Amino acid sequence: MYRFAPRLLIRGIAGGSRRSAAPARPFSTDLPAAPTEDATFVEAWRKVAPNVDPPKTPLAFMKPRPSTPASIPTKLTVNFVLPYQSEIANKEVDMVIVPATTGQMGVLPGHVATIAELKPGVLSVHEGNDVTKYFVSSGFAFIHANSVTDIITVEAAPIDHIDPTLVQQGLADFTQKLNSATTDLEKAEAQIGVDVHSALNAALSG
Amino acid sequence: MASSGAAVPFWRAAGMTYISYSNICTSLVRSCLKEPHRSNAANREKVHFAISKWSNGKPESPTIRSDSATE
Repeated sequence: MYRFAPRLLIRGIAGGSRRSAAPARPFSTDLPAAPTEDATFVEAWRKVAPNVDPPKTPLAFMKPRPSTPASIPTKLTVNFVLPYQSEIANKEVDMVIVPATTGQMGVLPGHVATIAELKPGVLSVHEGNDVTKYFVSSGFAFIHANSVTDIITVEAAPIDHIDPTLVQQGLADFTQKLNSATTDLEKAEAQIGVDVHSALNAALSG
Repeated sequence: MASSGAAVPFWRAAGMTYISYSNICTSLVRSCLKEPHRSNAANREKVHFAISKWSNGKPESPTIRSDSATE
């Protein structure tokens, strides 16, 4: 079985490099911005009503995304939004560490474009010497090729808003529920409880 | 790209969708907050809506769902 390993590896590398040399789909930040006015509509309007300005469509009000710069930018632009509030909007920072399901991921300017699913954990935003930490319940982090990072979560709280006694109690409760769970669904819910409370615990002590 | 036989997260294997998973995580985090923040968070979880099913072109009596934290 392993006799074929070199052949398979070479095939993989050659195929991969051929594919990456000509990307099939460009990133959203590399596409040209959509035209803000529909040329045929504007022409037809001017023929019918030459003295009135053509109405603007919503597309005309939207600012196009900044395109991917040629050299790595010095700062990361972060947008951190919750359903009820915009926590950080277009802030230039040095680094953010997001709690991805694959582990704590540090995002620096020039990071490769990534979509990361987040697990309950600590999100830290580093600006010079200031670090702002939030505990986030799950969500997603989108890192674009132009070093704009969008982080969306349902709930986020600064670490000092968390009550340690409630966390310990919850952890004990859910560990006990996990041991006594019968159906798959109960086990899954208890496991989620244990995961979330252990993450809260780690956030409080870390 | 992960093949179709890739391991799914435990909650999906148990029949839960991502949204339910995320909402459960969120309500657990909210229940661990300190007091003034906890009541603010509970306000965010309030839902109020009325559902009525239609049959034969007429609405049946609506069920109103109005509560604080949805479990």
